[in-house]
Amino acid sequence: MATPNRPLSPHLQVYKLPASAQLSISHRITGVILCGGAVLLTYWLMAATYGPEAFATAQAILGSWIGKLVLLGVVFSLWYHLANGIRHLIWDTGRGLELPQLRTSGMVVVAAAVILTIATFVLAYTVGS
Amino acid sequence: MVEFTLPANSKVTEGKTFKASGGSNIKTFRIYRYDPDSGQNPRIDSYEVDLDKCGPMVLDALIKIKNEIDPTLAFRRSCREGVCGSCAFNIDGTNTLACTKSIDEIKGDVKVYPLPHMPVIKDLVPDLNVPYAQYRSIEPWLQADTAPPTGERLQSPEEREKLDGLWECILCFCCQTSCPSYWWNGDRYLGPAILLQAYRWIADSRDEATGKRLDSLDDPYRLFRCHTIMNCTNTCPKGLNPGKAIAEIKKALVQRR
Repeated sequence: MATPNRPLSPHLQVYKLPASAQLSISHRITGVILCGGAVLLTYWLMAATYGPEAFATAQAILGSWIGKLVLLGVVFSLWYHLANGIRHLIWDTGRGLELPQLRTSGMVVVAAAVILTIATFVLAYTVGS
Repeated sequence: MVEFTLPANSKVTEGKTFKASGGSNIKTFRIYRYDPDSGQNPRIDSYEVDLDKCGPMVLDALIKIKNEIDPTLAFRRSCREGVCGSCAFNIDGTNTLACTKSIDEIKGDVKVYPLPHMPVIKDLVPDLNVPYAQYRSIEPWLQADTAPPTGERLQSPEEREKLDGLWECILCFCCQTSCPSYWWNGDRYLGPAILLQAYRWIADSRDEATGKRLDSLDDPYRLFRCHTIMNCTNTCPKGLNPGKAIAEIKKALVQRR
């Protein structure tokens, strides 16, 4: 039916996204960040093969405060995406899809991502320096 | 297609305010209005309603506004008790039935919009032709090749139990229009309401077309645009779980390999 002039009702503008939806869009955003992270990792590894000077430059860039901030984001994205990916695998078996279970598993995923991120940095600083 | 903003003809403007003429228990209802004859963009009109002289549900207020303040307001309603599915709107940021949503539950102004991301015919009345056509496409009736028995087609209590949580759907399309995947791919993705109905026939022990039904759903768009965002289950005014029904269809597709 041709109805070209009908307006489209508001969607994102008015919809209060529930926690499950916010975690879902976060999964996609962290996935995109991880693609950037993979490029960074490749750069770092290639710099190592290029020689000491290139590697020193890479170390300086990634070791700067802004570099560390980016790494923090990538590391958090990795753990979040991994934890939520496991949540998706459980859903694929048909389990964990009732509302109270969604709430609990969502909180577990966020807590796991935060704790693992902190643990990664603590480990990096104790072993690295 | 993903389009985060509204098209130019759909941008919402500020409309009129209808002041209450007294009363101490005043609540403001901010309601989406669109007049197809005016050629103007949709607008938000504000209506002040004295809750002391109004029923408890959002639908009571809408009917009071239409009867006493502004008869031009258009919306669908019928049973006023949550079984017909007509008065589904976006209320206070979530899709639900106006007849079962209590005004008390809403803090601040009560915002009422039509079901999200649908073409609007007038005010709160969306064009539901696409979801109805999608519903038709899943052939929502019992299909069997074996000759019908002389009496009823019998089910064991266990077989019947599998339909609980599926048959109660009233096709209000609250879940359908809460789903971002349906917003962006509504032309090809069937959406949670239709997939719950599709599963209702897949799960029915008396239906013999399960294989054909699964074949027609095994498609990157029709079924697999579901990314388990779960807005559907969060918003269902009947407390059903379309997200789980969709997961069961995906599972059935894997299990039959």
